[in-house]
Amino acid sequence: MHEVDVQVTKFKFGQTSRIDLWWAQPLTVLLVLSAFVAYATWAAFQGVHYRFGPYLSPLYSPELWGNPLTAWIGGKPGWYPSWLVFSPAFFILPFPGGFRVTCYYYRGAYYKSFWADPPSCTVGEPRKTYWGERKLPLILQNIHRYFLYIALFFIADLAYDAWNGFWFNGHFGMGVGSIVLLVDVVLLGGYTFGCHSLRHRVGGVLDRLSGSPVRKKAHDCVSCLNARHMTWAWCSLCWVAFTDFYVRACSMGLIRDWRIF
Amino acid sequence: MASATFRIWRGNKNGGEFKDYATEVAPGMVVLDAVHEIQATQAHDLAVRWNCKAGKCGSCSAEINGMPKLMCMTRLSTLPLNQPIKVEPMRSFPLIRDLATDVSWNYSVKTQIKPFRPRKPDTPDGTWRMAQADVDRVQEFRKCIECFLCQDVCHVLRNHHLHSQFIGPRFFVYAGALEMHPLDDENRLRELRDSQGIGYCNITKCCTKVCPEGIHITDNAIIPLKER
Repeated sequence: MHEVDVQVTKFKFGQTSRIDLWWAQPLTVLLVLSAFVAYATWAAFQGVHYRFGPYLSPLYSPELWGNPLTAWIGGKPGWYPSWLVFSPAFFILPFPGGFRVTCYYYRGAYYKSFWADPPSCTVGEPRKTYWGERKLPLILQNIHRYFLYIALFFIADLAYDAWNGFWFNGHFGMGVGSIVLLVDVVLLGGYTFGCHSLRHRVGGVLDRLSGSPVRKKAHDCVSCLNARHMTWAWCSLCWVAFTDFYVRACSMGLIRDWRIF
Repeated sequence: MASATFRIWRGNKNGGEFKDYATEVAPGMVVLDAVHEIQATQAHDLAVRWNCKAGKCGSCSAEINGMPKLMCMTRLSTLPLNQPIKVEPMRSFPLIRDLATDVSWNYSVKTQIKPFRPRKPDTPDGTWRMAQADVDRVQEFRKCIECFLCQDVCHVLRNHHLHSQFIGPRFFVYAGALEMHPLDDENRLRELRDSQGIGYCNITKCCTKVCPEGIHITDNAIIPLKER
């Protein structure tokens, strides 16, 4: 490609002419993401108090291995290393975690906050070399499109959990926890169904969408959610942590789950 | 009438410095008005490129208080006038003088992108049929005025100077407009990946943030091209 003699300023780390609070947003992202990772890791290592009545924490759903009475497959598997702490969450969290880590929105956010690449728009960076997402390891971010399919399964699973959250000993009812679980799946659905990869898959790949009215409608719907992808991403992330906290606190007897009917 | 100080970059490719100019400001003024006032009364040799004064020609691109903006579309009422307003040239392109930069690299990049190649005509009379729904998507990209603010803010060009390996957001929009066009039959994906550096984009969305036409560069052009 054409070379250009760019005698531009070499910006030092943090150097900028901006006078606004450019550091506020990346700092907020750093704090909130770090807090979520710390809480989710702590909650995953607990291995208990993830179920209360009909409620199941989203960090532990689906419970593949765990309590033999409630898990899909059974108790702790025989092949599980004896030296390793056991928790049903360990089989679950890598998948939604992978979907989030490779998400186009989060990538842009945490490259700024955790890697200062760049710290913010028109702010100097700490490193001189730059590979982008062309080489390992960051080229692996493209695996996002495959994590999408797993994430869609999780939405179906969490919708099933939310439905179960309305059934108390065989009777339909509603507790505060039922609403918490329902909001959780709605927010996660808004985030997942607004995914850039899904937008491409359902219709973005086509140049002539008018010939496929169903795919056009699907593309329009995904695009609508995608326009607020950042909002969905943060709301769903925080609500997942809150849902786990709510179920955990109820299970530990710290708070009471109010029954509405 | 109120007064404001403008701290304007004066110099050429060999060096320069910021100089302060105090001038009177009135309601409704934009930065370009103030720069013209300074040029007319205090700095007759101040180099500044401008044309339409309506945000449609893309000539008066500059950095105002550190953010790439069109001078003609930046109202003084949006700036803190109690401190000097910093006006400097775009930093991703070679400086000619003062606020004027040499953006010709962009024109040479454009020639590297395969042009529009329509598919075979749909009807015997040599014409095509296409639905409005199919061109809605690319019409957003046609709003680009080539102000190159997105190129200026992109850290791949601005901080890492990868001009020889990366075409920048403006030309992903251009390539996207061609690639997603319902009549176009050409394939540009290999070049986008191999020689035009779409993999360098790490989705900071700064280009989208500064676009004066409100084009969703990252979400609607770059990411769909990455997905292809």
